[in-house]
Amino acid sequence: MGRTLFDKIWDDHVVHAREDGTDLLYVDRHLTHDLHFRAFAKLEAAGRHLREPDKLIAVPDHSVPTTAKTVADIPPGEMREAVEVLAAAADRLGFTHFPLTDPRHGIVHVIGPEQGLTLPGIFLVCGDSHTSTHGALGCISLGIGATEIQHVLATQTLWQRRPKRMRVTVTGALRPGVTAKDVILATIARIGTAGGTGHAIEYAGPVIDAMSVEGRMTVCNMTIEAGARSGLVAPDEKTFAYCRGRPFAPEGGAWDAALAHWRTLRSDSDAVFDTEVEIDGSEIAPMVTWGNSPQWATAVTGRVPDPGEAGDATTAETMRAALDYMDLRAGMALSDIAVDKVFIGSCTNSRIEDLRLAARVARGRRAVVPTLVVPGSGLVKLQAEAEGLDDVFRAAGMELREPGCSMCVGMNGDMLQPGERSASTSNRNFRGRQGPGSRTHLVSPASAAAAAVTGRFADVRDLLEEDDA
Amino acid sequence: MSTRTGPEPFTTFAAPALPIDIANCDTDQIIPARFLRRADDDPEYHRFLLHDLRFDAVGGETDFIYNREPYRGARILVADINWGCGSSRENAVTALLANGFRCVIAPSIADIHYANCVRNGVLPVRLDAAACATLRAQLHANPGAEIAVDLESQSLSGPDQTRYDFEIDGFDKHRLRHGLDDIAMTLEHADEIDGFRADYGARRPWLG
Ligand code: SF4
Repeated sequence: MGRTLFDKIWDDHVVHAREDGTDLLYVDRHLTHDLHFRAFAKLEAAGRHLREPDKLIAVPDHSVPTTAKTVADIPPGEMREAVEVLAAAADRLGFTHFPLTDPRHGIVHVIGPEQGLTLPGIFLVCGDSHTSTHGALGCISLGIGATEIQHVLATQTLWQRRPKRMRVTVTGALRPGVTAKDVILATIARIGTAGGTGHAIEYAGPVIDAMSVEGRMTVCNMTIEAGARSGLVAPDEKTFAYCRGRPFAPEGGAWDAALAHWRTLRSDSDAVFDTEVEIDGSEIAPMVTWGNSPQWATAVTGRVPDPGEAGDATTAETMRAALDYMDLRAGMALSDIAVDKVFIGSCTNSRIEDLRLAARVARGRRAVVPTLVVPGSGLVKLQAEAEGLDDVFRAAGMELREPGCSMCVGMNGDMLQPGERSASTSNRNFRGRQGPGSRTHLVSPASAAAAAVTGRFADVRDLLEEDDA
Repeated sequence: MSTRTGPEPFTTFAAPALPIDIANCDTDQIIPARFLRRADDDPEYHRFLLHDLRFDAVGGETDFIYNREPYRGARILVADINWGCGSSRENAVTALLANGFRCVIAPSIADIHYANCVRNGVLPVRLDAAACATLRAQLHANPGAEIAVDLESQSLSGPDQTRYDFEIDGFDKHRLRHGLDDIAMTLEHADEIDGFRADYGARRPWLG
C-alpha cells in the first residue's frame, strides 16, 4: 500500500519507535519567540544544555509594539523584559536571533519561510499553534507546548504518536475576489473546529495547485483552527522556485541533492487517508465569521444564522451566547454590520501578496474607520515600500506599522476597546482575543480593505468590478 | 544531576467537580494572552484561570460558577466539546494546576492542550458527549459533588456512582502514573540519537 506525504516525511525522522506506537522524531528546525523567554533559564536551572544551537532560531513578535523600531522604544515592563531576555539568551547560548533592528525580524511564521529556514521534507517545531503554517512548503510542522520545548532544546527530538491522516481536496477554480483565506474559512465552516482533531491534513486539488505558496501558507496556518496540529501541501515547482536563493536554503550541489529528494515528496496514488473531504472551490464566496469560533463563518452575501434553526439545543445555546457577545441579531444581513476598526496583518495574512491584495482595493479610496496594516516582517515592509504600497495605504488614510503580531492578540498594545468590532485578517475570533470585550470578525485582506473603505462588511467583488468598469 | 523534575504522579484522584458549559472553550478563555509573560510561580497565577469569565473590568467577581461556593473547592473539571482549542499555551495547564485541578473531562480535548495536560500530571479524559452532559447536570444539581478517577483501571465514577470507562494511550498512561520527565527518559536513547544524526546528516547533507 502506498504512503501519504505525511508518512514519508515522518518515517524519515524516526530515531526510535516504541512498541506502543509512539515515535521519537528528530527535529530539523526549532523556531521560537519572545513568549518563551523563560525557557532558557529553566533549561539551565535543570542542569541541561542546548543540544544543537544551530537548529534554533528566535525572533521577538508577540510582545513587540508596532510603533517600536528598537528595544528602547518598548515601554519598560513585561513586554520589554520578554524581548530583552530572549536576546540575552541567544547571546549566551549561541543561537540565531533576529533583533528588532534587523530587517529580517517579524512574525516567527512569516520569517521561517522567508529566510529559507522552512524547507520541504523537514520536521519543524515551534511553541506556537500556528506553526502549521510552515507545512505549506511540504514539511511537517508542529506547534508544541512549553514542556515539549524543553525536550527539544535538550534532545533535538520529540516524542509523538502518529496522527491520523486527512486529505482536503479543493476542486474547481476560485472565482475572482475569492482568496486562500476564504478557502480555509469555508473549509473550517464545513468540517468544524474539532473536525481535524487527531489528524494531519494534506491539502490538495486544483485550487491548491493553482494557489501561490503564500496562499498555501494562509490555508495551512488556520489548520489549527480546524483542530489539526499539522497541515501540509505537497511541494511542487512553485515551492522549489519559492525556496531557491533564500538565505538559509541550500545552494549549488546541495541544492541539486535537496531538489532530487523534494521531488519524491508526494502522496502515492494508492495511499489511503483516514478521512477524505472534498470542497467545491467554485462555490466559495468571500467569507466573514459572525461568532466566537472560526467555524462560524458564512458568505459575505449571507445573513447571521438563527440559533432556533440549529440542529440541537446545545448548539443553539452556544450560538445565542455568541450572538449576544457579538451584539448581533439572527437574520441580519452581514452587509449591515458596521465595523469600528480594521486590522490587516498576523501570520495568516501579512505577507507581501496580502498587502498587495489590500492595496488593490484601497487604491483610490478612503478608509472610513481606523485601519492598521502590519507587515509580517521587516522585509515585507521594505518590499511594500519598494512597490509604493505604503503610498497607497497612506493616501487611503491607513496606517502602515512596524512588523509584529499586533492586534491579532491583545498583549502588545494594539487592541480593541471593550465592545469594539473589527474586520480582521487574523485567525481567531475568540472572546477577548483582541482585548477584553473585543468583537472580531475574520476576513481576507481584500475583504478587510473593503470593510475599511465602506465601514461595513461589503462584498469585495463589487468594489473590484467598479474598478474594472 | 538534577533531582526529579517530572510532574506529580497520577494514580487515583477523588475531588469535587466543576461543570463548565462552554462549547469550544479556547485557551484564550482559559488564560488570556496578557498573562502569558508571568512566571509559573507568580502568587497571582490562580486568578488567571478563566480570568475574564470570573472577573469584571475592575477586578470584581462576576457570578460565574467557579466564583460560587462550593464550586470554588473543585479540583476536577467537566467541560463541553473541544475544550482547550486554540493557542498552544501551556500556561492554560499551569493555571489549572495553580487551582489544584488534576483532571479534565470533556467530550473532546484539543490535541496540543491534551499533550500539555499529560506533560504536567493533569489527566485528560475524553468521554462521550452524553456522559459529559449527564455529569455536568448532576454537578449543577448537587453542588460540590465528587467524581472519583482511577487511572489504573481507566475508569471514573460520577456523583451517582455510575461507572464510566475511558481510553488513554499506553505511553501517556505510563507517563502520568510515574510522573515521568520525558527528557530523562529520552536521554537514555542518546546513543541512538547520535547514530540517527550521523546517518541523517549523510542522507540529507543540505540540512547540515
Ligand atoms: S500573529 Fe497572531 S496567531 Fe500568529 S503568531 Fe502572532 S499572535 Fe500567534
